[in-house]
Amino acid sequence: MSSKIKEVFSNIKAQKRKALITYIVSGDPDIQTTLNIMHCMVEEGADIIELGIPFSDPMAEGVSIQRGHERALDKGASLHDAFELVKEFRLTNKLTPIVFMGYMNTFESLGADLFMQHASSSELDGILIVDMPPEESSDFNLAAKKANIDIIRLIAPTTSSSRAKKICSQCSGYVYYISVKGITGAANMDAVDVKNKVGELRKHTELPIAIGFGIKDAASASSVMEVADGIVVGSVFVDLIGEGGNIIEKVSAKTKELSEVLQ
Amino acid sequence: MSEELMPDKNGRFGIYGGRYVAETLVPALEELSEQYEIIKNDENFLKEFTDDLKYYVGRPSPLYFAKRWTELLGGAKIFLKREDLNHTGAHKINNTVGQILLAKHMGKKRIIAETGAGQHGVATASVAARHGLECIIYMGEEDIKRQSLNVFRIKLLGAKVVGVSSGTSTLKDAMNEAMRDWVTNVDDTYYIIGSVAGPHPYPQIVRDFNAVVGREVLEQSQSIIGKDPDMLVACVGGGSNAMGLFYPFIEKKNVRLIGVEAGGLGLSTGKHAAPLNDGKEGVLHGMRTYLMQDDAGQVIETHSVSAGLDYPGVGPEHAWLKDIGRAEYEAADDEEALDAFKELTRVEGIMPALETAHGIAYVKKVAPTMSKDSSIVVNVSGRGDKDINTVASIEGIEL
Repeated sequence: MSSKIKEVFSNIKAQKRKALITYIVSGDPDIQTTLNIMHCMVEEGADIIELGIPFSDPMAEGVSIQRGHERALDKGASLHDAFELVKEFRLTNKLTPIVFMGYMNTFESLGADLFMQHASSSELDGILIVDMPPEESSDFNLAAKKANIDIIRLIAPTTSSSRAKKICSQCSGYVYYISVKGITGAANMDAVDVKNKVGELRKHTELPIAIGFGIKDAASASSVMEVADGIVVGSVFVDLIGEGGNIIEKVSAKTKELSEVLQ
Repeated sequence: MSEELMPDKNGRFGIYGGRYVAETLVPALEELSEQYEIIKNDENFLKEFTDDLKYYVGRPSPLYFAKRWTELLGGAKIFLKREDLNHTGAHKINNTVGQILLAKHMGKKRIIAETGAGQHGVATASVAARHGLECIIYMGEEDIKRQSLNVFRIKLLGAKVVGVSSGTSTLKDAMNEAMRDWVTNVDDTYYIIGSVAGPHPYPQIVRDFNAVVGREVLEQSQSIIGKDPDMLVACVGGGSNAMGLFYPFIEKKNVRLIGVEAGGLGLSTGKHAAPLNDGKEGVLHGMRTYLMQDDAGQVIETHSVSAGLDYPGVGPEHAWLKDIGRAEYEAADDEEALDAFKELTRVEGIMPALETAHGIAYVKKVAPTMSKDSSIVVNVSGRGDKDINTVASIEGIEL
């Protein structure tokens, strides 16, 4: 069975543009606002939405997204809410792929099988568990395959060529290339290095490649987009949400700006 | 599987341990494993490590017969393994002396570490000073307040202290922040983890460097007690002093191994730091282990009078030793620890760290129930000077 993520990428390729993948934290600042943000992001050109699952110890996140996790947890957000949120979203949007991005301990609180049951019934499309390298993921691999849920995996600047090959072979949906040695929202992206590494990565996979972690604005997005199939932007949106005020208006404008760059 | 082979090649102790980290760190951990495997049997390294333990740390530390305390409790003979007499005042230096040599061998220029009570911070800053390496210590803001003496020591040693105010502002958050630093500066930075915790190979490395404690006790027991002790007791936060003491005794099934966790306000209150007593399996800081967590998989706030035990996880080898029944894990609450702190100080003239006092508190309970020809070795993992502000403030005394 073909996945929604795959379809979206092949449509985008046909349109000769790049996918805009937006990241926000589920329940930040509250579930209803997250739902509204998701719809407005799609309206302004987001192709895939990554929903951060709030965790008490988000080790790979920079300050912006850490604060997002904290705001969501303060309101009692959970994995259950996130599934409910996706169901609610699906009432009016059947097409935009949704990926849960988070940490092993929250995903495991349900266990792989039960997680995938919820994932199927809420029409979730993929998962990206940050602290689950291929070596530690047998339960989720098996369950995800059965449920036809994509497992998106990370490749880092430190990943060797032989290891990248192995990771790609256990990945589906898209490959997520981490553009920096660092945490989300880092400011030290080296566009030349990213282009070289992603070029290298193409040898190992036919899957679409999305680039993220160090993309903070239109300029950084356009500096690497030629080698990518998609660009992931997170910290910028989470910062706007943290600022408060008219969140929807600000997020809409930012999404529009980024999606225009990727045309 | 024999304990000799633990962890297995995937860094597992049974189902525990492993390497649950973001991809950026996997290659760095693989490199660390490879380099450690090379260095750990290298003659030059072993000589340098042993010399440093002898001349810099002051090893071997004595096994001391606590005569008056034994008489007071009226049961088993109690022997104190005097890790408090080490340079910098705790067992933590054994590990940092070893890891800094590994860091130099790997050509790293910058040292980072997390610390709770500050003992590991001091031990890391000391060896970094000695080897002339830049050093950054991450410490929770809450711990900076309650361990101000150690914060100043770290600064005097030339290291930078970075306060961490995310999450609960304690040890676990300091570890998150150190990991974030490492992932950002992975090329030139070596992360000296201070406990038998974190992703593989750290639980193994930290255990091996602390195992000198248990090896000395093996020998000293024969000459001082005349036989193996019946019981070893050590406090457990992450569990490095306990693992160092227990490890050489694991195959000696006649010796009971008791780890003592922080019972905080009492196990029944839920406000404690005793995951082996009252936690469940989970994944944090790169390892699978017992964790203090809620049903949704969120790590919950821990409570302990001792900053060094105030940690929601525990080393994966302890989790495994618990499951196979080789070691037993008890808890002592804040009040019991404070009583034990005072008793050992008054009766033996030895002021233990508040972490150590949890082990002392268990001995206080168990020794009277044992026969007079039996013996207990308790690890005095650190000295209590750093805790006098905490103890004074509990007693309402302003220093």
